Amino acid sequence: MKLSEVQQILDAEVVVGQDQMQKDVYTAFGADLMSDVLAFARPGTMLLTGLTNPQVIRTSEILDIAAIIIVRGKVPPPETIKLAEELNIPILRTRYILFETAGRLYRWGIVGCVDKVDAGKKRG
Amino acid sequence: MPGKSADKKPSFSDTFSVVGGNFDDAGRVSSRIKGILKKMCLPFEVIRKAAICTFEAEMNIVCYAQRGDITLSVDEDRIVIEVVDQGEGIPDIDLAMQAGYSTSTAKIREMGFGAGMGLMNIDRYADDFDITSEVGKGTKLVMIVNITEGS
Amino acid sequence: MELGFIVKNLKLMVRSGSENLTVDVNGGYVGDLLSDVIANSKQGDIWITRQIHQNIVAVATLKDLAGIILVDNNEPARETLEKAIREMVPVMVSELPCFETAGRIYQLIAAREK
Ligand SMILES: Nc1ncnc2c1ncn2[C@@H]1O[C@H](COP(=O)(O)OP(=O)(O)O)[C@@H](O)[C@H]1O
Ligand SMILES: [Mg+2]
Repeated sequence: MKLSEVQQILDAEVVVGQDQMQKDVYTAFGADLMSDVLAFARPGTMLLTGLTNPQVIRTSEILDIAAIIIVRGKVPPPETIKLAEELNIPILRTRYILFETAGRLYRWGIVGCVDKVDAGKKRG
Repeated sequence: MPGKSADKKPSFSDTFSVVGGNFDDAGRVSSRIKGILKKMCLPFEVIRKAAICTFEAEMNIVCYAQRGDITLSVDEDRIVIEVVDQGEGIPDIDLAMQAGYSTSTAKIREMGFGAGMGLMNIDRYADDFDITSEVGKGTKLVMIVNITEGS
Repeated sequence: MELGFIVKNLKLMVRSGSENLTVDVNGGYVGDLLSDVIANSKQGDIWITRQIHQNIVAVATLKDLAGIILVDNNEPARETLEKAIREMVPVMVSELPCFETAGRIYQLIAAREK
């Protein structure tokens, strides 16, 4: 699915990355905890979150997140937008809650994404 | 100083400092290090593992220390990231390593961090991880990611 | 829709509040920040989260939520479980990640409304 379709499905506003709406996305990861995103999100996924601080962008950069969908109509602060522009990470903003956002995307065929490395792997 | 030879993977070492408590800028050093590793054309998964470990460690300096230094060293077969901070230190490392254990403040949690998964995450993504700490002085982490093709 | 229907459909593992699985689910709320859930969830919502701290039980009671689903195989902390059993708040564990858990429940509710 193209980001432009995601935008339509979520009735979203493109905050950063108007030029990247042709990007393809297949998976999504929903979380308000960046710790969780760092632990489990796979590269190339969309991040659905209610957080708007610049750390969300940093986290996305580190993990190669394809796009950030800010839910609940939250408005990202200027420092967040600036960093996203700098690092070229698209931000879409929807007024839907995370439940509705996930539901709509799921209905259109987006699937979940989790890194299945299990925690006790090395230390047994 | 970065090695400038034409080798595919030159030996490299550089140190970056991190200021404690500066949340606006937190993660900058990790981004920088990730950029350096990308330029070396290392395998994607290797860069990703190293970046995640560095980021968690950097966040911990910002959250729990006054300042710290992150040293990145890369040679032919591995990436070594050494993180030394001057901070409060960790009284009980086994406890701190447990998933969910955290002394984070409300401010940290509002930013989506402080769920007590950082050290566990480092342990998971690093091929080798060592942590030592002295209360009132600081903490030292050594994280190693092996460079294996196609990993 | 009855909570029990969701439990069956998603093969959730019920950890507490099994006496309350007949409660009616009106909608869903996904959130990991307690202050956000307190502010924005609605009565009868099923709450999807990865927070396992005992405060989640208090939030669910306060907001009259239908129950709490912990995603990604996260188990409730011991105090959380004790409190949830005492207060008969359904706490369930989903092996699916948050996105998928929410997506499926959304579908179930949407199908029912047709
Ligand atoms: N560099 C550090 N200096 C002092 N304390 C630390 C440091 N890193 C971690 N800790 C302690 O260990 C706990 C667990 O750390 P971590 O697993 O990263 O989770 P979190 O940062 O989410 O709390 C922290 O809450 C803190 O008490
Ligand atoms: Mg941490």
